[in-house]
Amino acid sequence: MPVPRITQFGYRRHPDQDRTAADAARHPVVVVGAGPVGLTLAIDLAQRGHPVVVLDDADRIGEGSRAICFSKRSLELWDRLGVGERMVEKGVVWKVGKIFLKDDLLYQFDLLPEDGHKMPAFINLQQYYAEAFLVDRIGELPQVDLRWRNKVIGLEQRNDHVVLTIETPDGRYHLKAGYVVACDGARSALRGFVGAEFSGEVFEDQFLIADVKMTAEFPTERWFWFDPPFHAGQSALLHRQPDDVWRIDLQLGPDADPAVERLPQNVRPRIERMLGHGKFDFEWISIYKFQCRRMQRFVHERVIFAGDSAHQVSPFGARGANSGLEDAENVAWKLSMILRGAAPTVLLDSYDIERSAAADENIRASTRSTDFIAPHSQQERRMRQMVLRLAKETEFAKRMVNGGRLSTPSVYDSPLSTPDNDTWLAGPRPGAQMIDAPLMSATGEPVHLTDVRKAFDGFVLLQVMNGANTDISACQSIRIGDAAPLRDPSGLFAKRYDASEGAAYLLRPDGYVAARFRMPTDAGVKAAIARASAMTETSGATP
Amino acid sequence: MTLSTTSNFADPDAAYRLVVEAHRGLSDEDSAALDTALVLILANHIGDAEVLREAIALAKRQLVVTGGKMDSTRDAK
Repeated sequence: MPVPRITQFGYRRHPDQDRTAADAARHPVVVVGAGPVGLTLAIDLAQRGHPVVVLDDADRIGEGSRAICFSKRSLELWDRLGVGERMVEKGVVWKVGKIFLKDDLLYQFDLLPEDGHKMPAFINLQQYYAEAFLVDRIGELPQVDLRWRNKVIGLEQRNDHVVLTIETPDGRYHLKAGYVVACDGARSALRGFVGAEFSGEVFEDQFLIADVKMTAEFPTERWFWFDPPFHAGQSALLHRQPDDVWRIDLQLGPDADPAVERLPQNVRPRIERMLGHGKFDFEWISIYKFQCRRMQRFVHERVIFAGDSAHQVSPFGARGANSGLEDAENVAWKLSMILRGAAPTVLLDSYDIERSAAADENIRASTRSTDFIAPHSQQERRMRQMVLRLAKETEFAKRMVNGGRLSTPSVYDSPLSTPDNDTWLAGPRPGAQMIDAPLMSATGEPVHLTDVRKAFDGFVLLQVMNGANTDISACQSIRIGDAAPLRDPSGLFAKRYDASEGAAYLLRPDGYVAARFRMPTDAGVKAAIARASAMTETSGATP
Repeated sequence: MTLSTTSNFADPDAAYRLVVEAHRGLSDEDSAALDTALVLILANHIGDAEVLREAIALAKRQLVVTGGKMDSTRDAK
């Protein structure tokens, strides 16, 4: 079995390790776990000017493909962090999914039917590439101190810091951290150190996940089968990755023996039946039982949980890595404001509120998909089979066929949002992510709105000129209009934002809408920024 | 009025889930009884014999697909 691409990193002794426990070095933020979430968070914090220590117990990346689907939202975040274009260039861009029952196409969906977005709906990219590109980017950021083979084996919360005990090949040492962000995955050790539970639902059905290398003529689409001729009575998924690697996911049922099923000599005939030939090599084989579970609270004093350490979902819907990246982006700007003294620590409550709701939504969607794919009882199976049968001739049943509902960014009902006072017919509401649109610079260069926005670290006001109040000093502005630095020749910006003359959207540092105004005033914008920074009573309150 | 087969729910997954959860923990016999009750209740709510007739015809066509016999164990394990 050929080994997938592995990048090996060296352990290096750090001067912090020479210090005694009493004189341990203090760092404002320590991120534990150098997976996609931890690395992304470290880059975001570094770009906001903060030094970050990243600790990881391993010294290499590349154990299997694991996550493969990265959403538009994740790509927009990575684009702001300087790695989005590289990810897209290497990744396989796709937007069409097809669902089959036996040999028949039941329906297909298009995840990004409209033009004018810089980033595609999804790319498929092996997690080891994503991690390698993030590590490369960290190499350009002196603020990030990435320490391999540094395993956290103890954690103590103090009044104004956390003490970490770390094991290395040279023995143990201690660090003090203003904040610790635990991005150490589904089996998080830090979750145990804070004594938190991780509860939820375990699904009985087992799934075989194999990455195979082959040249094939399948289109670049997500194909999902119920009861395919090559794998009777079960489900199957086929998805393309770069380098002629294909992700194959076969349902095995609850009674399969994982030790037997994962043997290449047993996997091979299954895949041969699917592909109709044996001209492929295995890159990775694993057997999974899926779980949907979450921590009750994502913030434990000065230890913040992000990604799989905080919540876990089944893979149907690409909600694991993508929601972890959304966590990272959500916590980065909040921690940054707190560390700069620009916001009170209570701003972190909104991380828990916003990302808990997102986790619940992801768990709900993932549970529904998994239940549809692997029914629990005779009755559920009957109902599922009937939906599949009815889907051939009715639209309502087609809409109930669930082979995974793909990740879209959550809309937050957040204490940070200022509720609308005006009437809007379209556009992202407060708590929703900004929408990309094609624009033109004053010199006639095409540019995307997300590209313009990424130059701003803080709050920014997206303002439609021609009648706008230009006396707003509360924050920086992006101005769009016939005589403004940016034009909207296609009219798509105006359409997507229901942008009447003078209208304005206040964007948070993570690109979510904090407030919107038909005719903004300086005082109104100031108040909305204060609210979104937890500087007012309403925004800091726990629900 | 004719039978509507376009999707009428804003969130079809939630509707599917509601029915699935109603059956959780029931014996097969109880499940059949629940379904029967649901059919009668929903038929009365619709209150239109012509629509009911069309719905029955559509449902019966699903049985013809498998030769008149519902084959629900086909995909078990």
